Amino acid sequence: MRVNWKSYNPGKFYDELISSPGYARKPARRLASYLRSLTHEELLQKKTAAELAIKTMGISFTVYSDAGNIDREWPMDIIPRLIAASEWDHTSKGLEQRLRALNCFIHDLYNDQKILKDKVVPEELILNSGNFRKQCVGIKPKFDVWAHICGTDLIKGEDGQFFVLEDNLRVPSGVSYMLENRRVTKRVFPELFENNYDIRPVTEYPNQLFDTLAALSPRNVKYPEVVVLTPGIYNSAYFEHSFLAQRMGAQLVEGGDLVVEDDKVFMRTIDGLSQVDVIYRRIDDLFLDPSVFNKDSVLGVKGLFNAWVKGNVALANAPGAGVADDKIIYTYVPQIIKYYLDEDPIIPNVPSYLCTDKAQRDHVLKNLDKLVVKPANESGGYGMLIGPQASRKEREEFARKIKANPRNYMAQPLISLSTVPILGERSVEPRHVDLRPFILQSDKTHVTAGGLTRVAMVKGSYVVNSSQGGGSKDTWIIGDE
Amino acid sequence: MLLSRVAERVYWQARYLERVENTARLLNVFSTLLMDLPKGTKLGWHSLVEITGTDKAFAERYKQESERNVMRFLLAERNGYSILDNLAMTRENARTTREIMPTEAFEMINDLYYLAREKADAAVARGPRHEFLDQVISDCQQITGLLGGCMSRDEAYSFIRLGRSLERADMTTRIVDVGTGSLLESLPNVPGEPQNQAPFEGILWMNILRSLSAYQMYRQHVRERISGEDVVNFLLKDEQFPRATAHNLTTMNKVLKKLPRSSKVKWQVDRTRRLLGDGDIEKLLNKGLLKYIDELQKSLAATHAKIANTWFLH
Repeated sequence: MRVNWKSYNPGKFYDELISSPGYARKPARRLASYLRSLTHEELLQKKTAAELAIKTMGISFTVYSDAGNIDREWPMDIIPRLIAASEWDHTSKGLEQRLRALNCFIHDLYNDQKILKDKVVPEELILNSGNFRKQCVGIKPKFDVWAHICGTDLIKGEDGQFFVLEDNLRVPSGVSYMLENRRVTKRVFPELFENNYDIRPVTEYPNQLFDTLAALSPRNVKYPEVVVLTPGIYNSAYFEHSFLAQRMGAQLVEGGDLVVEDDKVFMRTIDGLSQVDVIYRRIDDLFLDPSVFNKDSVLGVKGLFNAWVKGNVALANAPGAGVADDKIIYTYVPQIIKYYLDEDPIIPNVPSYLCTDKAQRDHVLKNLDKLVVKPANESGGYGMLIGPQASRKEREEFARKIKANPRNYMAQPLISLSTVPILGERSVEPRHVDLRPFILQSDKTHVTAGGLTRVAMVKGSYVVNSSQGGGSKDTWIIGDE
Repeated sequence: MLLSRVAERVYWQARYLERVENTARLLNVFSTLLMDLPKGTKLGWHSLVEITGTDKAFAERYKQESERNVMRFLLAERNGYSILDNLAMTRENARTTREIMPTEAFEMINDLYYLAREKADAAVARGPRHEFLDQVISDCQQITGLLGGCMSRDEAYSFIRLGRSLERADMTTRIVDVGTGSLLESLPNVPGEPQNQAPFEGILWMNILRSLSAYQMYRQHVRERISGEDVVNFLLKDEQFPRATAHNLTTMNKVLKKLPRSSKVKWQVDRTRRLLGDGDIEKLLNKGLLKYIDELQKSLAATHAKIANTWFLH
């Protein structure tokens, strides 16, 4: 039986594949007609082939549970998500602009603090932030860049325009899945890559990442030693750490592999100690160095922070970069862009309410049933309240939390996320998605062609996190004809 | 540049993979050996447990040394010694070093692990056992072949060879140990010829050679009728046959020349070689073989300890 696209109905939501039941949007027309040429059984066979490829390729992520940590196969829906190249070019300019401004901001906070003196961003917001590392004050990293790798989450609302939902400036993950999704799609739909479509490749990322990191080397050597520092096999993103190290030809190290002597960082090799120049660390700030931050950390390396301060090793991202990915700071990003770059933001923020401001807080408390409330400092979708879907009891509990600690919360209207089709057991069905592109900055800037599309696999759900049952899609930036 | 931790993991990955293949061969050969012996012969299935050096762990779990129990223990149980668990450890070590091995190698190890997880339980029964074990053996060889064909002869590859050679050298001594010991004793007597075990002894030695894929090579290179002395000499001292202990010691010596700071390990390998060379198998078969093999195994264990001390993280 052929897929009946007329019965595919996203309702009031903006669907990225069709404009109205039975009619595909322009960039999606060829994909739609190709999918129409297949029966549902054929599509399911391709789905099985994709699942098998994922299992064989060992694309996995780790889920923490009471029963121990489980290494799970990566969930991916085979129908790709499409974005027109012209739209993407505009969006990537916006992403570059945003990261450039955020890096100016972080550098300013740890040095002159002009933006605080000019009262564009309230001083107490920074000084009270759990992510402001006073140990970093006065440090000037190479190129004045602190956040070298950024994952910015984008969503599309009812009108199909991109908004920025949040910036991840600490240890954003997901890029390996973007690359692997493409590899799987090529295996499953080789026909589409052959001659039908002008699909932008994503494979350059590991090279760009390596160049970005190598440019940070404090030693002026032809082949700087770049390593990826992982918390180890039990981390949920271990697959990615190993994947990126492999693709860059870099060493994958754990804390125990590194040692600091004379404020220089070395790794233990079979030849003895060997100096390290750049560390792409996938460990949170607080676990980096037990002599400066969390004293109980067994993941980090004693003396690492000081080696960085002395300029003998580069850390990416730099410690303290997380000060700018706080959800409260997020609300100031449009002003931050204006302040440092004198430009208007190319991609808008989702309108937000700050609970530190009394009028806005009252509005939030009165409208909890319509708003999404987010804690300033959580990731992975934990600890937030989706007002319209929450029970009365949950809302009351959040009201108490907000009053007790207003600095820790902000609220946004529930954006009706756009939908794309996924392949269900019996039919194709609309599901909500977001997008995480990755932006690199050191001597140059790069933006991925598309990014990682995350899908809420449950009907009606907005929760896209893989740790909470979300799936993913290959994302195609399609050349305009 | 090779990290100590990575060196340790690729070394163990190679050892576990080799152990999987060797165990699969042993189980296979035992299962066919039984078919050649007269009905009612009580073959020591327990010898399999002895060869793998897991007697104690087995005794903790089972009272009866039956075929079924031994098979379950060595094939499918999650006990740290079975083929399935050795594969799980191969995979875990490969998973944590996948950035330095060819991508396909991990994919194949991963596939083999899933195959075992699916089929090992059923293979406890005689029917499907042979097919399963054959599959495991040929997949192991494919992985070894892939590493040989696609991996640069770098330091990581040296540690793979080191692990593989040590495991082979060790396994061969174990097989000889059990073959000349408890297995020989468990052979049935021929009625009327109480002391003469000859007809079955030949079958036993043939199968021991087969368990190391050595039968054909032995035939080509030894050209004698099969005798215990010749078989033991071949398996321990042959320089050409890749599963013979001597050949593996030579391989280790070649590998060690390429590795930094290898003098202590080399000393121990040389010592093992001398020990091996000094043994007069004909005499030892009459008396003292057990002790001789014991010495060899201790020396091999000391080689591992020196490898770990020299290069791995402590």
